[in-house]
Amino acid sequence: MEAPVIESKVPAWRAAFTRFLAEHPAAQFGAQSRRDAFERFEAHGLPTRRHEYWRYTPLRALDPDQALASKGGDPFAAVDGYRLVFVDGVMDASRSDHLALGAAIDVADGSKDCSWVDIVAEDARAHTAVERPFAELNRALCSHGLAARIPAGVKLDKPILLRYEGAQPAHLRVGLLVEDGAEVTVLESGAGALTMLIEARVGSGASLHHLRAQTELVDRQFASLFARVLEGGHFASFTLAADAALIRNETMLDLTGDEARGHVAGGVLGRAGSVIDNTVFVTHAALKGESRQVFKNVLDEDGRGVFQGKILVRKGAQKTDGYQISQSILLDERAEFDAKPELEIYADDVACSHGSTSGAIDETALFYLRSRGVDRRTAESLLVAAFIEEAIAEIADEDLQEVMRGEVARWMTERAG
Amino acid sequence: MLTIKNLHCQLEDEPETRILKGLDLTVEAGKVHAIMGPNGSGKSTLSYVLSGRDGYEVTDGSATLQGADLLEMEPEERAAAGLFLAFQYPVEIPGVGNMTFLREALNSQRKARGEEPVSAGDFLKLVREKAKTLDISPEMLKRAVNVGFSGGEKKRNEILQMAVLEPKLCILDETDSGLDVDAMKLVAEGVNALRSPDRGFLVITHYQRLLDHIQPDVVHIMAQGRIIQTGGPELALKVENEGYADLLKDLA
Ligand SMILES: Nc1ncnc2c1ncn2[C@@H]1O[C@H](COP(=O)(O)OP(=O)(O)OP(=O)(O)O)[C@@H](O)[C@H]1O
Ligand SMILES: [Mg+2]
Repeated sequence: MEAPVIESKVPAWRAAFTRFLAEHPAAQFGAQSRRDAFERFEAHGLPTRRHEYWRYTPLRALDPDQALASKGGDPFAAVDGYRLVFVDGVMDASRSDHLALGAAIDVADGSKDCSWVDIVAEDARAHTAVERPFAELNRALCSHGLAARIPAGVKLDKPILLRYEGAQPAHLRVGLLVEDGAEVTVLESGAGALTMLIEARVGSGASLHHLRAQTELVDRQFASLFARVLEGGHFASFTLAADAALIRNETMLDLTGDEARGHVAGGVLGRAGSVIDNTVFVTHAALKGESRQVFKNVLDEDGRGVFQGKILVRKGAQKTDGYQISQSILLDERAEFDAKPELEIYADDVACSHGSTSGAIDETALFYLRSRGVDRRTAESLLVAAFIEEAIAEIADEDLQEVMRGEVARWMTERAG
Repeated sequence: MLTIKNLHCQLEDEPETRILKGLDLTVEAGKVHAIMGPNGSGKSTLSYVLSGRDGYEVTDGSATLQGADLLEMEPEERAAAGLFLAFQYPVEIPGVGNMTFLREALNSQRKARGEEPVSAGDFLKLVREKAKTLDISPEMLKRAVNVGFSGGEKKRNEILQMAVLEPKLCILDETDSGLDVDAMKLVAEGVNALRSPDRGFLVITHYQRLLDHIQPDVVHIMAQGRIIQTGGPELALKVENEGYADLLKDLA
């Protein structure tokens, strides 16, 4: 019997959690860790502007059952890869390549020893500097996802595509153990997830590339990504987010091995009524780590962009090279961009820099283009494409760069129409 | 071709700063007109007002190109109508490729005029050919617009754009400044190659040097926001030898 909870701060979510456990007998297996996670979420409550890292991002109420709408199509539709399609939070086997993926790498399915699954979860749980209520909510309520181990030295031939569909406010969780020298690319898209959680460990000399397209969203999405990178490992993430009531992307990167590299980049395209928040926390805990954060926001009408980026250099993390830039173009005077860059450095031999700019489109450049006959909207599109390019250039794969450029161009054309 | 009558303008943000104060000027098709004048007399302002830059308010007068009211048009419409300004200070646009820019410009203008776009192949051929005559390397064409270009390279790039876009009226604002002797010749050849009975030129310069290569039909002296004297090529020589003192003495 569940002990009665008196005055939960989040009664609707408490009810949803109780119902979830009742409706998912399989979840009983990990029920204790789900309960623990839920209690941490409950103790924190839904974030409000009084929470340090939610000052710029209004959450207001969040109904556990509110359906999620979507628009447009999958930007990764033409990408060849191992596709896992989750509809209303459950994998649709008929549209998924889970068998082929399971043959190529180690995918946890309950039928074999998968104790390695816990490794990545523990890495992520060790990251306690700031409370991450939506990661906890996901741990409590996740209905499906992927737990995969890319064995040492294996370079997966095609990307893994995680596709979220359906109107249910689903919670999907992904664990990735990229063993030493292994390489994998993971793509996410779709509006059919209210929360996503990726917990990853990138082994020595291994690499994990992550791309997320949030271009089909209408309502809200909360994505948390924890990555721990070991010696000489490389983690690179790029997210393109466009027009939704609220998108919050939290990326927690721990460079715990010497010469680990971590790149977190993103493009934001926001117009009427949208709030898009990228919050990044990079910890350098070893020698000669290199991190980059590159975020470009294009905001129109009363669209809002938020960037909170922290670089924490722990004692002893000498020769750290940390870089952070967040910029915005405001296409309308009602648009708003808030940036909160933070450096916290406890080592003396490091090079860290950050910068942030916000302003209207470059009028001189705009006039130059128009004086050659390019109409205003096209000229603005060219300048926006150029502006966002620095973030897109962070993507290693050129075809995927092109996909993202296409999405930006499409957004700008919609604007012209 | 270009007819300017009694043009007055002031700064939008500082209405007390009046720059053009009753300027009259006519450029006929097939002719090259030069404008000379002391620093700050309003030459660049004239070129910006004609091409539609923000920040200037026209308070009186008119400007027409082939009968069409320029002042009513957006900058891009003026370009499509055949106006081209080679900037005194060409603008760097990081991230926008030279070729992308030029092609977008050419096809936008063609579209505005109801013409078919130029194919990628034809465009490439056209630009390569014109670039060669201006000594602009294929590598420069690949770069972002004017980024990393030397002063002289930027000016040559302006002329390249002009050659590709084939405007009706070309305004050159101190295109000669920053050019070495050889580059000046290339630029002048580029301009001369475009001279034709149905195209007019307005060449703003401080030096006779350029006019040695681009022979003007008419020379205007501009001061304090107006044309104060108009004559033949000999007027430019007079300025070169004597300066403006004599010409300005009646203004005071
Ligand atoms: N945007 C502006 N803001 C303030 N002053 C301006 C602006 N534009 C022009 N002016 C002023 O108007 C006057 C004319 O400037 P303009 O650049 O047109 O002169 P010019 O004849 O081209 O000079 P130069 O030979 O030095 O190129 C100058 O006094 C200049 O300072
Ligand atoms: Mg000038």
